[in-house]
Amino acid sequence: MSTNKRSIQLFDPELIGTAVKQSFVKLNPALMIKNPVMFTVEIGTAVMLAVSIYQLATGDTSQGALWYNITIFSILLITVLFANFAEALAEARGKAQAQSLRKTREDTPAKKILLVGEITLNEIKLVPSSQLSKGDIFLCEAGDVIPMDGEIIEGLATIDESAITGESAPVIREAGGDKSSVTGGTKVLSDRIKVKVTTEPGESFLDKMIALVEGASRQKTPNEIALTILLAAFTLIFIIVCVTLKPFADYANTPVTIAAFISLFVCLIPTTIGGLLSAIGIAGMDRALRANVIAKSGKAVETAGDVDVLLLDKTGTITIGNRKATNFYPADGVDEIAFIQFSTLSSLADDTPEGKSIVELAAQKGVQGKKESGMTFIKFTAETRSSGVNTTDGLSIRKGAFDAIRDMAAKAGHTVPAETAERVKIISSNGGTPLVVAVNYEIKGVIELQDIIKPGIQERFERLRKMGVKTVMVTGDNPLTAKYIATVAGVDDFIAEAKPEDKMNYIRKEQQSGKLVAMMGDGTNDAPALAQADVGVSMNSGTQAAKEAGNMVDLDNDPTKLIEVVEIGKQLLITRGTLTTFSIANDVAKYFAIVPALFIASIPALQSLNIMGLKSPESAILSAVIFNAIIIPMLIPLALKGVAYKPIGASALLRRNLLIYGLGGVIIPFIGIKLIDLLLGLFM
Amino acid sequence: MNSEITGVVLIFLLTVILAYPLGKYIARVFAGEKTITGFMNPLEKFIFRISGINPRKSMNWKQFLKAMLTINLLWLVYGMFLLIFQDKLPLNPDGNPGQTPDLAFNTAISFLVNCNLQHYSGESGLTYFTQLFVVTFLQFVSAATGIAVMMALFNGLKEKTSNNLGNFWNYFVKSITRILLPLSIIVAVILAFNGTPTSYEGKDSIVTLQGDSVQVSRGPAAGMIAIKQLGTNGGGWFGVNSAHPLENPNYLTNAVETISILVIPIALVFALGFYINKRKLANVIFAVMTFLFVIFCAITVYYETKGNPAIDQLGIAQTAGSMEGKEVRLGAAATAFWSVATTSTSNGSVNGMHDSLTPVSGGVVILDMMINALYGGVGVGLLNYFIFIIIAVFISGLMVGRTPEFMGHKVEAREVKIAALVTLLSAFLIKGFTALAAYMVAHHPDIAWQVKPGAWLNNPSYHGFSEMLYEFTSANANNGSGFEGLGDNNIFWNVTTGIVLILGRYLPIIAPVAIIGLLAKKKFIPESPGTLRTDSGTFGVMTLAVIIIITALSYLPALALGPLAEYFSLY
Repeated sequence: MSTNKRSIQLFDPELIGTAVKQSFVKLNPALMIKNPVMFTVEIGTAVMLAVSIYQLATGDTSQGALWYNITIFSILLITVLFANFAEALAEARGKAQAQSLRKTREDTPAKKILLVGEITLNEIKLVPSSQLSKGDIFLCEAGDVIPMDGEIIEGLATIDESAITGESAPVIREAGGDKSSVTGGTKVLSDRIKVKVTTEPGESFLDKMIALVEGASRQKTPNEIALTILLAAFTLIFIIVCVTLKPFADYANTPVTIAAFISLFVCLIPTTIGGLLSAIGIAGMDRALRANVIAKSGKAVETAGDVDVLLLDKTGTITIGNRKATNFYPADGVDEIAFIQFSTLSSLADDTPEGKSIVELAAQKGVQGKKESGMTFIKFTAETRSSGVNTTDGLSIRKGAFDAIRDMAAKAGHTVPAETAERVKIISSNGGTPLVVAVNYEIKGVIELQDIIKPGIQERFERLRKMGVKTVMVTGDNPLTAKYIATVAGVDDFIAEAKPEDKMNYIRKEQQSGKLVAMMGDGTNDAPALAQADVGVSMNSGTQAAKEAGNMVDLDNDPTKLIEVVEIGKQLLITRGTLTTFSIANDVAKYFAIVPALFIASIPALQSLNIMGLKSPESAILSAVIFNAIIIPMLIPLALKGVAYKPIGASALLRRNLLIYGLGGVIIPFIGIKLIDLLLGLFM
Repeated sequence: MNSEITGVVLIFLLTVILAYPLGKYIARVFAGEKTITGFMNPLEKFIFRISGINPRKSMNWKQFLKAMLTINLLWLVYGMFLLIFQDKLPLNPDGNPGQTPDLAFNTAISFLVNCNLQHYSGESGLTYFTQLFVVTFLQFVSAATGIAVMMALFNGLKEKTSNNLGNFWNYFVKSITRILLPLSIIVAVILAFNGTPTSYEGKDSIVTLQGDSVQVSRGPAAGMIAIKQLGTNGGGWFGVNSAHPLENPNYLTNAVETISILVIPIALVFALGFYINKRKLANVIFAVMTFLFVIFCAITVYYETKGNPAIDQLGIAQTAGSMEGKEVRLGAAATAFWSVATTSTSNGSVNGMHDSLTPVSGGVVILDMMINALYGGVGVGLLNYFIFIIIAVFISGLMVGRTPEFMGHKVEAREVKIAALVTLLSAFLIKGFTALAAYMVAHHPDIAWQVKPGAWLNNPSYHGFSEMLYEFTSANANNGSGFEGLGDNNIFWNVTTGIVLILGRYLPIIAPVAIIGLLAKKKFIPESPGTLRTDSGTFGVMTLAVIIIITALSYLPALALGPLAEYFSLY
């Protein structure tokens, strides 16, 4: 993860304090029952407490020595506390992370605009931000902190969003278009904007995220539910094992103490994963938050790990920023300066980066264009795929994609100049974008726009391919250009000349064949596709509609963030899977410690099963229970950080994790229990 | 000694060589393609017509199970009725009496569920009529039931998204007409030519070399013995099963009967590959099963041919190995191999007494039945293995960071819940009932029952414990063999094993069919580079690990108190 901007120490002393307190609060059985594995341990602890008290009161030693029973009780209690601590620590970290974001939106004064004011219309009144509600309009000027999430309805401003994103470079936000959204807590550096509040207080994405981390509204994800069921089944199997052991022992004339039964049971049930399961889930959300992604649910993060297809916008993701105009190519017989003038005029009202770059390039060549009253500007629409201007002197200038302008010209009976057609092909095959300019439906020439592919993007796509994720580039470019960039950047597929519904159709098509699709978007016209996609990440700068439609919001507005989100999702599942395997594999060694210890008194031959050579039955059982307890805190760092995901292919990854956590899980407790036994041998 | 082991190896290789084309043939039969048994078609059509069945009608998983359970219930009533009143029915030349209701319940159930736990002895407990029309009949239909439900699994795996698991009746009838009947005829003919009786006359009287007059039971046995081996039934014509010289006269018949135990269960694994066109998946499954099977065989053959250390200590040479409870004409190695084959496949026929196996071998055969999926019973073995696959898929899916999926269908909470329940069930039935029996022996040995719990066990201590554990494990696995030291023909054992038999048969059938029904309904996800391949060696190892871990964790304490304690005390 590259964006650990506000990283919190794993064991921050302040957090530890809170977590320790919470560990005791969580002993409440009503809370414990949500975790069936640890709940049974708590019951075991209670039984041992009862046994110890009974012994204290009566002095009956048929259940073993008092110190021994009290020790077992204490270790079991510690086991439960460790598990609670893991969960509490994960919660505390998540909360701290969320708080640091929340701090940015503490009550700030807001310049509320009263549409019908007490004295005049549009009167400005200073109110605390907490009094703003959805639909209110406020004003922000240079130096103001934006009080609430909202959408700019008027004006343009440069804004410092470092409080949210950690990125110090100011960004431009303006009304209309796809960058109209502002976030509470960010600061206006220049100009003034009017903003409409889009969320009720307490309902912003951040508030939702905080609630998810805090556990109150934390719902178990489908995979977590399935795993809990499996773990409950294992627990039941071990209940059967332990209950039936009583008549078995009676048959073999072996008295087995309650302490031994409970120790065997607690050691066998998957306490390691049971104790860490919710911590892993919370930590997953926390990792997303750390990557500056606000997930609306835990399920969204988990689903991200399953994504098969990734839809990425070319601009900003694959290429740096936007295409820039690099050349003007007038058709034969057209004066270059005149052509540049036409181009400039057609781009005056074009607030896309491409349009602006044309004006800039023209200025470099000494041609200035000016808006005049009486000009009618024709906006770009997805249908016409062209834009332009009707000037006062009766010229209708249009610029747009080659085929759009060609069709327009053909309708008016004009043909395409051969050299322009040739140039269009050359530009396209070099990965550039040709914009054809026509005056009164007569083609006058072509403007070349060029893309610059981001360095290092090829490696990222290669990594995605190894993860089994297909990348699809979405671009408004013509197929030729798109293909060129796709090939150079190394994406698997592309949608060229994409209209908003093309994205939607592509997503539907992939979903029908059973694939999970993720996409990132920011514009209002992305909203339907964001909603349709299984994982829809909207940029924080995007429109409110886009943010509502997606299931995650990226605070950094970083289009490559999807890749990180996929890895976070995978990491979450892997951590659960590997720790489950580890936990269950541990049982083998624990059996070899406890089973001989239980029966050695009456069946001396079973000494041969004591392959670890543990000192005495008591020390064997104690060692196993202690190992079982301390493995939980030892694995907390792993649970919170997550098991690393390596894109080496599913089978290779399974082999690797089986070897480390499966085989390791079998071997480590043999060593651990033996060491503890040696240590105990010094005292017993 | 070496030639004995070579014999075992050759028998196994021959089985696999025969099973491969048989698997291909079975897949063709069920795919409705042309096969050499096409001449059965008119007979099948006739059966469907008189039964009013449309064999092409599709069934969803619930309809499929309903058909299966209904006909099974009918057979239970039919079987019990005939057994209780067999003394009044024809074909009873030896004048054998009717069975008591609890024994009739146990017998009918045990043959119906393909188990054949026999709490009676065939010579005196049944008549020729019930041998043929109850026992042999149920041996055919219970095996066919297993194959038919397996086809539900195959269809669910084959289809992308479907509610249709095929037609139960179609698969059921064809299992008999195209697989079980033709093979049984071949095996029966071989047995008959080697001396197995096929007579309807009653007992024969012979005078032995010592001059004693002996009554020898016989009957139309060859056909029944063939299906008992082929259909993983295991219930013999004679009380001592294939250890009886008329049931298994010589080494050749022993080889044929051993092959018959294994050939269909192995062939069905290959049939899976051919039918759903995923041969690699079938090969991996076969490899995992064979890996454990061969290890079990090696251990058992080693200990049985090595002999009993207690006899060694007496200074008596045991060149033939541990021969207690074994037939000299078959030898220690062939008996050891049979004992693993019969417990792997839930067959349960024996050619030597498992009670007399050395402790490790005894432990291995019990373990084999606890797993119950190394080839397994006809049809149901693959269903059991499927449950292990689901759990393996789930855990390994998480380990590679993807929502688990098998054959393009997501494995979610509901499927995991059902699979977990089945896994729990065997542990519960085996350990729960063994605990109950152990409790009765330990605390109420003298309770006033017809047979007192104190008198159940012929052997004290660990071996007695193994006898009880074996009985319930065998019942749960629908195996049917026994550690015969146990006095099991009384109301406690007849009823408890009867309950275990029913639950141990039908729940592990219902559960996988339900899972596959649920999975098949889900949206199909095409394989992508990120998909964890389930036909890879790695996944095979994962499944193997799941099988070993789940079995070990569920049963280690029980095994420690029985076979392991006995082993460590003896060696």
